[in-house]
Amino acid sequence: MLKRLREIEEPVSFTFDGVQMQAQRGEMLATALLAAGIGHVRRSVVSGAPRAPYCLMGVCFECLVTVDGLQNRQACLLEVEEGMVVESQRGAPDVLAHFRDEKRQQP
Amino acid sequence: MTVRFVTAADDLRPAYDLVIVGAGPAGMAAATEASRTGARVAVLDENPRPGGQIYREITRNQPGARQYLGADYWKGKALGNAFAESNADYAARATVWSIEPADEPRDGERHRVGVTIAGAARMIEAAAVILATGAQERPMPVPGWTLPGVLTAGAAQIALKSSGVVPAAPIVLAGCGPLLYLLASQLIDAGARDMTLLDTSRPVLRWESLRRLPGFLFSPYLRKGLGLLLRTRRRIRVVTGVRSLEILGEDRAEGVRFATARGTSTINASTVLLHQGVIPAINLASAAGCPLAWNAAQRAFQPVTDAEGRTPKRGVLIAGDSAGIGGAQAAEIAGRIVAVAALSDRGLVARDVSAALINRLQRQRQRYFRGRGFLDALYAPRHIFLAPPDAQTIVCRCEEITAGKLREAISLGPPGPNQLKTFVRCGMGPCQGRLCAATVTEIMAAERGTSPADIGTYRLRAPVKPVRLAELAGLPHAPRALKAVTGRDPVDHHLNETELPS
Amino acid sequence: MQEADLTIVGGGLVGASIAWGLARSGAKPLVLDGSDLDLRASRANFALVWVQGKGLHAPHYALWSERSAREWPIMAEALLEDSGVDVGLVQRGGFTFALSNEELEAMRTDMECIAMETAGRAQSFEVLNRAETRARVPHLGRDVVGSVYSAADGHVNALRLFHALHIAMDRKGVTYRPNYKVDAIEPVDDGFILKGEGFSILSRKIVLAAGLDNERLAPMVGLACPLKRSKGQILVTEKCKPFLPCLSPTIRQTDEGGIMIGDSEETDTASIATSSDISAVLASRAIRIFPALADLNVVRSWSGFRVKTADGVPIYDQSVGGAFLVACHSGVTLAANHSLVVAPQIAASRLADDLSPFSARRFHAQAAA
Repeated sequence: MLKRLREIEEPVSFTFDGVQMQAQRGEMLATALLAAGIGHVRRSVVSGAPRAPYCLMGVCFECLVTVDGLQNRQACLLEVEEGMVVESQRGAPDVLAHFRDEKRQQP
Repeated sequence: MTVRFVTAADDLRPAYDLVIVGAGPAGMAAATEASRTGARVAVLDENPRPGGQIYREITRNQPGARQYLGADYWKGKALGNAFAESNADYAARATVWSIEPADEPRDGERHRVGVTIAGAARMIEAAAVILATGAQERPMPVPGWTLPGVLTAGAAQIALKSSGVVPAAPIVLAGCGPLLYLLASQLIDAGARDMTLLDTSRPVLRWESLRRLPGFLFSPYLRKGLGLLLRTRRRIRVVTGVRSLEILGEDRAEGVRFATARGTSTINASTVLLHQGVIPAINLASAAGCPLAWNAAQRAFQPVTDAEGRTPKRGVLIAGDSAGIGGAQAAEIAGRIVAVAALSDRGLVARDVSAALINRLQRQRQRYFRGRGFLDALYAPRHIFLAPPDAQTIVCRCEEITAGKLREAISLGPPGPNQLKTFVRCGMGPCQGRLCAATVTEIMAAERGTSPADIGTYRLRAPVKPVRLAELAGLPHAPRALKAVTGRDPVDHHLNETELPS
Repeated sequence: MQEADLTIVGGGLVGASIAWGLARSGAKPLVLDGSDLDLRASRANFALVWVQGKGLHAPHYALWSERSAREWPIMAEALLEDSGVDVGLVQRGGFTFALSNEELEAMRTDMECIAMETAGRAQSFEVLNRAETRARVPHLGRDVVGSVYSAADGHVNALRLFHALHIAMDRKGVTYRPNYKVDAIEPVDDGFILKGEGFSILSRKIVLAAGLDNERLAPMVGLACPLKRSKGQILVTEKCKPFLPCLSPTIRQTDEGGIMIGDSEETDTASIATSSDISAVLASRAIRIFPALADLNVVRSWSGFRVKTADGVPIYDQSVGGAFLVACHSGVTLAANHSLVVAPQIAASRLADDLSPFSARRFHAQAAA
């Protein structure tokens, strides 16, 4: 959806739905996802329709993704960091997913 | 001096003389001006680096590498440098989600500002607050505008400024307003190709705009605006008189169907960039209880302020585009004016000094007001793009409420947008009405045959940005609040309620 | 001057329930409503159809609430028929969770007292200890020491209820006038003259269902509606997948997915603004009850003023001239009674005898005593 005009100079690596990607250091996650050719980053909580970043300035909440386990983060307000684990937001979050993980970790 | 970078909520002072929300032109200028007086100033901004949207990444970008951003953009450099040399506390990546104004601020009584930094929330106090939250693009609800591949023109410009990326071709820019032509020109200079601009402005200059022409002839926008227009028209395909628009595609934008007086055409598009002007970002002001008023010329609600940015809520002031659209250079001067006014009201600047300074700044600002009226009238959006006639068009993107569903509920006679909101859930999603409020008001006004001024808009509440439950839970638990929730006076062990589940 | 047979002042949940109920019995009432930014409890409620704990030292109120909960399925069915809207009524019981032994004991005492005062006619309930509560409710936090459970409790989608009532009103021929604030009511020989900016309406019968404004309007027709200040605040989270296994009066998941977290009562403020201090305590208690909520985003908070009478018990009253008064802070729970029981009585021009304990005359009696 977005095209880089020049090569990444200072790359940072992150994953989106398990796929390794690169961004320019200091770049916003939403822009990095679009520049990496990602079509949509989430499915709407109402109809399940695909949605993608729209305003890139924190207003529209279309770029919500799960970042390092935290759901519904605004990707346009987060800088990509090395090793970031990003997942698409498929509909409404499942709070128990987190809860179950915690339980599993307990002896 | 240099700004003190604040990277954790705990690193903020508990109280400031002045808290400024936003580090765009108005916020940066306000901070720079205020810190000259020795006042304790904090600037809280959502982005990682200062500049706002207009001067996005102004501190990192160098003219050599991104010359295509244009001379107006580089004007922000000096302001960015001045801000960096101020003595303000500067919290980047900070989300302000609440302003709780003191009911009647007397000595010692302060406003409270709710802010989240790095996952932790904090309430800090401020004798005065300046909201410099800038503008957002006016929503442009057309069929298909929720499809991936559709962005705002502002988004494309932000991506260009911050990452040097351009939209994938073929690109369609659609809508009206100076930003659309500026963006087209920047994209061409940057190397984007295969672009079509669909201009939805009304084809004939109407009386309202001509009446304001004399002001425009002396305004700084004239040469710039005409130059842009001509340059863009020479280099890309521009279609004028576009009077309907539909974005085609199943799971992403694939094309645009549009109509002019000559008929209907369809063109391919990988990226569609929509824009029909900007409106003040009022959510924080509205949630703070600042009254709003309809600006008929700019066709938007804006907070009620005096010439120095004071709202009727004492000690809450508004600077820059969030008080009414005036552009970056007017915002910068407004930031200085409002800072001086805020500090003077608190007795931190002598009245005679502040009066003289404000006077001088007001005269400087006047220059940028000239010609605004002409631009506002010239680029007034067509009604069809303010209140979509097609019943299937989504108005509220979060809750997926269509224009048809809104009209059906309006026919029941609800007294205004707030009742309508409870009926159909428009404006209840995470964007909190930012992308539908303007349209809902326009549709209701059209259905009732009245002015948007009579319709009003959503009453907003904190948090104006989502805040995690755990962050709220981590705030101190006041005995009064414990009593209000539990119904009993807190005993000692209740005071330890901040303990969170492990 | 316009004329009307029957005018309801107030188009909130109470006024709309009564208007729809009247229209079902063939009347064509006129509803006068206020403006968009009026204080409206109908837009700020917790959507419970709730009986548990109501009517302490007022057994008639405990039984009245229970009756409405029993009538609710009938009303929901009728409303679906008239509006096409399913209001999402679910009555599968509710838990009130205690985070300290004092809280649990206070709840137990209240419930036992209500059972005694109603001579066992009120709904049954169970007081559950920590282990019993955990056995029934998964994902509970360790701080929950016990709960009170009652099978009769439930909830609806209150926003859809509000919308549905207005659709049903419209379809049944009720005339609805927004932005008609009633400034004055003059009793005359053949009814009442309702006056406001730009209107003057002669109505044979009137029903005051104006929420907080009843306090101002009631004396104009010889009635009284003493209210006390009661501000409540709640939090609403983003939508999440259905996960709450149960209903409670402080945490519920709407059928759209959002979690509502309540509530508070402030009696010393007239400001409608929300307070982050209250939000902090609400959030903290919610997480202590259900730790899985911690990372959910709060997308809204709001506050509202309850239509709370001086003793917390609703007022149903009738003047000699044909004015009726309905004031309560349970417009959702009591909606079934209002549309199915009270409306027909108003149509017949006489409130039933079993409503006489709800008359505001009780306040005169107290004052005299």
